Amino acid sequence: MYRQTDIISDSRISPQEGDLVINVGPQHPATHGVLHLVITLNGETIKKVEPHLGYIHRSIEKMCESLTYRQFIYVTSRMDYLSAHINNHACALCVEKGLQVEVPARAQVIRVLMDELTRIASHELWWGAMAMDLGAFTPFFHAFRERETINDIMEETCGARLTMNYMVPGGVMQDLHPDFQKRVKEFIQLYKRKIHEYDELVTDNIIFQNRMKSVGYLSPEDAISYGCTGPTARGSSVSSDIRKLYPYEIYDKLEFDEVLETGGDSFARYMIRIREMHESIRIIEQLIDNIPEGDFQAKTKAVLKLPKGEFYTRVETARGELGVYIVSEGGTTPYRIKFRSPGFSNLSVLDHIARGSKIGDLVAMMGTLDLVIPDIDR
Amino acid sequence: MWSFSNIADQIHEWLSSTFNPTWTLIIEMVIAGVCVIGLFAALGLVLVIMERKVSAWIQIRLGPNRVGPKGMFQSLADTLKLLVKEGMTPNGADKFLFNLAPFIAMIVAMLLFAPIAFARDFQLWDLNIGVLYVSAVSSIMVISILMAGWSSNNKYSLMGAMRSGAQIVSYELSAGLSILAIVVFTGSLSVPDIVRSQADGWWIFKGHIPAIIAFIIFLIAVTAETNRAPFDLAEAESELTAGFHTEYSGMKFALFFLAEYMNVFIVCAIGATLFLGGWMPFHIGNWEGFNHAMDWIPSSVWFFGKTFFLIFVIMWFRWTFPRLRIDQLLNLEWKYLLPISMFNILLATLMAIMGWHF
Repeated sequence: MYRQTDIISDSRISPQEGDLVINVGPQHPATHGVLHLVITLNGETIKKVEPHLGYIHRSIEKMCESLTYRQFIYVTSRMDYLSAHINNHACALCVEKGLQVEVPARAQVIRVLMDELTRIASHELWWGAMAMDLGAFTPFFHAFRERETINDIMEETCGARLTMNYMVPGGVMQDLHPDFQKRVKEFIQLYKRKIHEYDELVTDNIIFQNRMKSVGYLSPEDAISYGCTGPTARGSSVSSDIRKLYPYEIYDKLEFDEVLETGGDSFARYMIRIREMHESIRIIEQLIDNIPEGDFQAKTKAVLKLPKGEFYTRVETARGELGVYIVSEGGTTPYRIKFRSPGFSNLSVLDHIARGSKIGDLVAMMGTLDLVIPDIDR
Repeated sequence: MWSFSNIADQIHEWLSSTFNPTWTLIIEMVIAGVCVIGLFAALGLVLVIMERKVSAWIQIRLGPNRVGPKGMFQSLADTLKLLVKEGMTPNGADKFLFNLAPFIAMIVAMLLFAPIAFARDFQLWDLNIGVLYVSAVSSIMVISILMAGWSSNNKYSLMGAMRSGAQIVSYELSAGLSILAIVVFTGSLSVPDIVRSQADGWWIFKGHIPAIIAFIIFLIAVTAETNRAPFDLAEAESELTAGFHTEYSGMKFALFFLAEYMNVFIVCAIGATLFLGGWMPFHIGNWEGFNHAMDWIPSSVWFFGKTFFLIFVIMWFRWTFPRLRIDQLLNLEWKYLLPISMFNILLATLMAIMGWHF
């Protein structure tokens, strides 16, 4: 049944005689999760895309209100599970801001290293899934080959592969594994040896380029007005890298470029992520031999109490800007928590860029927006 | 040296001496039918395991390795699973057409076996328009896909079927024209004639540029015609879940699945026959010793070797390329492949008239 939802539907375009209304999802190979799209089609051409959310809503923000400042960080791993570590980072930063704790230099470097490894792992998975959306299955396995190495490094250091829970307010949970530096260097070697395969297999493929170029155009103005962040915005040459604009931890001391593409199409968004992986490798290379000695955790009280007030921090996840907003009444649990997740804003642009293109391109566009559904629904 | 034709002749002699001609004919037809069905099933199993192993090899993983030695019985286990699965028919479906469609797909695939020369002088039906017959019968396939898509009462199925209709009808043109290039060289539509004309060299070698162009266009067109990636828009997993066979399950799905693989086998067999010399061994000019050694390899091995090589190439396509979009697919055919193959026919005709090929 077609259901009109006033909040997100555009009443100017309603299904007419001869239009085909298709439900894509919540169980569909293209949506990578339980996203539900109601697509109005005219033949193969898309007239409207209407995302329906809520299939994986776990009420994380409400849950956080009953958890202490040490506990609630772990729940946020389950939002954007592909950049779980960066989510934790944002929360830890916000709590530290409230507590006014100085994080030791070693912990900062470890955090950034882990952030960038997570970013690469996330982009690797995105690359495989993206190619799979376009009907090429092989890249998925090639991407996983490299991603496994990162997961192994994560497992060795924090004991988990996906939802690491490595962050605590004031630093990281434990020190690095003694093999960490060796393993990361091995990974960099592997990455540099294999990355050309990505270009040969997918980027330089003529079919792939035809599918991606001049498809799903997002103008810089629209990117700003829809609140797009991360690679989606940077593909439209909107500077939005929080690491550059509002540096946290040690990002202001590192040498890396904010990757910008001017195309605004699917291919630009694709290239952003590919190039971001190179930048992340650059950051890791700068840090891996320069991890300072010292504490990995600042001394904090056993029971954390944030002073009365409002605190907001933002970080750059693999998908864009993640904001954490904590309202504290001075107790041991937050009064209210709000997450500004990148996926939600990036999804909202889908209808705008998909109109008038073919259904096959819709899948490719969703791929380039890099949607993670638990991040959208929370 | 034993060969298929000797075995067939011996069976025929024995039957003729034992039974009267009518019974001989009936028994021979039954034997031929059983052979086709047996070949159908055996090839299906082999091709499925081959696809899985090839994809595993390309995707740096092991592939099936649990059932039987090196997982070779995996496709048997799969077939067993599909056999015992419930073949559901959706409530809103047109039940008659829905159940008929997979059988048409299978019957078409079986009919296509008739004119193929599997070995020296071994053929089910030596008809003088063999190549034309294959082109004609293979286009019935689209009817079964349209039928399946329409009767499923599912929007994904319908879209897949419509895509498939547009695609198969378009690509049949270039497939036909590229076949025609060889027919022009040979001057015959009969499969044995075409194979015999390659005794002194395969057409891909002695047909110069037109044959090579025709071969490439043929490969692209038949990949599209059999609905395989990068032209698998009728199924398009990430867009249409499973396209025209979304609603099929159990053995009815298996028949579609099998028919797809059979079609791949048949188009590759046709490609091997037309361009790579069918069951003809590989000969090099006057190298008597080499040519003699090549003759020792049975003709059926040559035929299946070439066919499976082409099947491997088509599988390689599938596991490497991303899928095209529907408008790009049609553009490729109508704007590039069709004009090129028309020009190619002209070139081939010119060469045939002037006798420029070897």
